[in-house]
Amino acid sequence: MKKTLTLVGAMLALLLLITGCGKSKNQDTKMTIVGSTALQPLVEQASSQYSEKNSNISITVQGGGSGTGLSQVQSGAVVVGDSDVFAEQASGIKASELTDHQVAVVGIVPVVNPKSGIKNLSMKQLEGIFTGKITNWKQVGGKNEKIIVINRAQGSGTRLTFEQQVLGNKTAVKSQEQDSNGTVQQIVGSTPGAISYVSFSYVNNKIQPLSIDNVKPTAKNVATNAWKIWSYEHMYTQKKVSDKAADFIKYIQSESVQDGLVKQLGYISIHDMQVSKDENNQVTDK
Amino acid sequence: MDEIKDRLLKPSKATKQDQRGRMISYLSIGLIAILVISILYFIATRGLSMFFNDGIKVSDFLFKTDWNPGKKLVGALPMIVTSFGVTLLAALIATPFAIAVALFMTEFAPKRGARFLQVVIELLVGIPSVIYGLIGLAVVVPAMRIMYGGTGFGILAGAVVLFVMVLPTITSLTVDALKAVPSHYRQASLALGATRWQTIYKVILRAATPGILTAVVFGMARAFGEALAVQMVIGNAAMLPHNLVSPSATLTSQLTMGIGNTIMGTLPNNALWSLALLLLIMALVFNILVKLIARKGRIK
Repeated sequence: MKKTLTLVGAMLALLLLITGCGKSKNQDTKMTIVGSTALQPLVEQASSQYSEKNSNISITVQGGGSGTGLSQVQSGAVVVGDSDVFAEQASGIKASELTDHQVAVVGIVPVVNPKSGIKNLSMKQLEGIFTGKITNWKQVGGKNEKIIVINRAQGSGTRLTFEQQVLGNKTAVKSQEQDSNGTVQQIVGSTPGAISYVSFSYVNNKIQPLSIDNVKPTAKNVATNAWKIWSYEHMYTQKKVSDKAADFIKYIQSESVQDGLVKQLGYISIHDMQVSKDENNQVTDK
Repeated sequence: MDEIKDRLLKPSKATKQDQRGRMISYLSIGLIAILVISILYFIATRGLSMFFNDGIKVSDFLFKTDWNPGKKLVGALPMIVTSFGVTLLAALIATPFAIAVALFMTEFAPKRGARFLQVVIELLVGIPSVIYGLIGLAVVVPAMRIMYGGTGFGILAGAVVLFVMVLPTITSLTVDALKAVPSHYRQASLALGATRWQTIYKVILRAATPGILTAVVFGMARAFGEALAVQMVIGNAAMLPHNLVSPSATLTSQLTMGIGNTIMGTLPNNALWSLALLLLIMALVFNILVKLIARKGRIK
């Protein structure tokens, strides 16, 4: 009996110890970053490089989606929330309470199954396909095969960006939805007649990236806005930023990370951009 | 004298042990009760807030077919239909197999064979659902596409994956039910001149029916709640399935797809909580069903 009691006591003490630890080590040394899965690889790798240089800080990076990132940073649960979209574009978020830090640019490209024989579409044709007006590849010069549209999950940042540029205010046709670049890549590669869109870095030899109006999806074309489907990757903080968070964000925005990690991982450096885009999708020359 | 009286009147060591033991168990029960009640409360308040705060009608939620919470369209019928579709279909395919395997294990197999099958079934239970999903995506979906056309994503692919996932659940519970049939039933039946098949068919299976039905319902509950593996093969299109190979979405897959992209307190988020509430209610229904079967189905 005594043994059991001691055991229970010890477990309780351990529990207190574990939970207590998290609190007593204050936020100066720990930082949690939550949100966009599209930005996650960059922040993860940057944080491990950053920790090597600054051993006194440990950064935890989690996914969860842009919505989670924005709402968590707004409620103060985390220091930094990653998002694919402007806070202004997310309903339920008070953008005025947050500070936007743009850390990378992502280009998005429509991709098709290579067997459809299509390599270029006009913006109008692309819109027709995603609104359901064009349903067969032969209507756009391909072979006689049904078009299978694969969209991204409602509310996903990639989808928002794509629809803003391609569909405008029109509603997308009801179709299959997938929740990540990886699954889209796999499904388009294996399903005849499929069309979807992915970030530049997810293009591989099993899927065919499309040119739009004969503009090729390259980083250079994004930089000049000749390629129109792109968005910023944001790291949002509250208005009052802790020094550590500010320093880490500055590190990601620095030339060395932007020219190194950012490009390695298939994003586009913010320093290369010759134009800028605001939350209303208005593009201006820098 | 007083010393003895004292000792007799005070609670003994054993009594104290007793009390302490009781306290610990009450504490644990209390903790679990609080946990369950808070989960129910949390899901119910979140799930109902769409109807109270955003002015959505319950009938719209249950019977309309347009799902686009960003535009205030929250018809969940496609998800409800698909969830039931994959569940029933999976149970329908799995039950005969499960009964056959269970019969083999209890009535026919030599000890070693039964033990071997037991290991296989336990292995099937232990495989994480993401692996079932991956196999589904790599093998089942292309197979469906080749056999039935379309994209291959849909209720049929979901049901095939779920079939493998619920098979061990139904089988092992059926084995328990068959083992619980008293051996004198078998002996009596054989003594009356019944063949083995007649004994199994008319006596053993009949006596084990409530147990087998319970097994099926448990299997269905598992299928209904499975999210990950189904999400990978169902296609995730929030529209009413036209046939078994047209892409669709289940309650669970819609939940896992959407939750990261929505913001607490907004309609799209509340709509997902309403789906969760629906799932919770269904889990309750399955539980009640099991209780009813156990009570009504007994042989008299």
